[in-house]
Amino acid sequence: MPEATVILDAVATQRALTRIAHEIAERNEVGAEVVLIGIPAGGDHLAHRLSKILSGIWSQPVPVGILDVSMHRDDLDQRAAPKVFPTVIPFDVTGKTVVLVDDVLFSGRTTRAAMDALNDFGRPKKIQLAVLVDRGHRELPIKADFVGKNVPTSLEEKISLFLVEAGAPRDEVILKKQ
Amino acid sequence: MSWNRKHLLDIESLTVDEITTVLDTAKAFKVVGERAIKKVPALRGKTVVNLFIEPSTRTRISFELAEQRLSADIINFTAEASSLKKGETLKDTARNLEALNADFIVMRHSASGAAHFLSRVLNAHVVNAGDGAHEHPTQALLDAFTIRERKGKIAGLNVTILGDILYSRVARSDIWALTKLGAQVTLCGPSTLVPKTFEQMGCRVTHDMEEAIREADIINLLRIQHERQRKTMFPSINEYSQLFGLNKARLAKTKPDALIMHPGPVNRGVEIDSEIADSGRSLILEQVTNGLAVRMAVLYLVNGGKGPQEIAVT
Repeated sequence: MPEATVILDAVATQRALTRIAHEIAERNEVGAEVVLIGIPAGGDHLAHRLSKILSGIWSQPVPVGILDVSMHRDDLDQRAAPKVFPTVIPFDVTGKTVVLVDDVLFSGRTTRAAMDALNDFGRPKKIQLAVLVDRGHRELPIKADFVGKNVPTSLEEKISLFLVEAGAPRDEVILKKQ
Repeated sequence: MSWNRKHLLDIESLTVDEITTVLDTAKAFKVVGERAIKKVPALRGKTVVNLFIEPSTRTRISFELAEQRLSADIINFTAEASSLKKGETLKDTARNLEALNADFIVMRHSASGAAHFLSRVLNAHVVNAGDGAHEHPTQALLDAFTIRERKGKIAGLNVTILGDILYSRVARSDIWALTKLGAQVTLCGPSTLVPKTFEQMGCRVTHDMEEAIREADIINLLRIQHERQRKTMFPSINEYSQLFGLNKARLAKTKPDALIMHPGPVNRGVEIDSEIADSGRSLILEQVTNGLAVRMAVLYLVNGGKGPQEIAVT
């Protein structure tokens, strides 16, 4: 049986998101044109949650987009084609501060693909990166601006995020040895 | 989500899950076509050979544009301008293309089974763009996509396919795809072109046009393929049009929300009245738009195809 550890429970997940939202608010001035873009699956739900908290802090709506990066990955011919999700960015990103939201930061390749994909939609003024979990093992020179929790892991371990929006009974981030 | 195939050779061997995966993937690619920048780098650095041994305009252009939008490098190859004219075998032609490191071969050929054959002798990904009277899988996938998009579902719908069924690879692929997805398929046309043997594929065969379209949700008209008819299968074009052409009077007797499809090229005044082809009930141009998205999805999926490959016995 693989060993499973809960690294973030429902309360800790929400607390981490609240802290990230406050850090985003601190880093970017009030009224700065900040938009959140989530990377499915996982990051899209987190982006919506962050938007809700941030909208409260700033007393103004914070737009959310969804960016599918699968067509921009660099490993497409090395495994079965990943599922593509619709990209929905209902605003112009040019001149905005885009906060990319992802669930787990690992090799950094998803983030690279996301920045590449974002180029097709315009030229943001700044791109920042918010992740719920940073598990290390970067393969590219990429660093998150906002991190919910740093979790040192081994390559044999796997991190899974469960969210109520995706049909889970409760929010949970689990670390499993394979 | 399940796709582990290296090739797309036919619809017959696909599972419902695999067909649905293509349709869902195509949905995402359709949106790419509506962006300011319509190109994604999914096949960057890959070489695609469009090997069209039989003439084709719309399918070839659709594939070519799909490949360009996926950032692939493209070589176009037609029978007229090739060594096939000089007597080279298909296998040798294809192996020469592979020796140039072609990653994908998209093939249209007049012989049934040509794509299956290539997939056995090459390492490249093979996509069947129509083989003889056998199958035209991407056409069936785009038809299914169009129906699902407009009607919200496929299961339970009545789909009538009219015309030259016997010689039609589109009909065969459509029948496989739509019956797998749960539609009730009715075939109709002259008895010489719509033999009862098609009932073995799980559809209904009738030779009464008005009965065939009365309860239809989708009416799919096929072109009379002059090039494939070795002898005359019906007395005259005029008689065909009288008996099986879709005109206003006949359309008035269909369900008010029945939609019209046609894989093109349209013979106006033969299988369909000009006015109907241009009406709001015609999906003909939507089929063209969706064809592009579906072909992008297919190339994207086979590129990632891993695992054991099944070769369908046909």
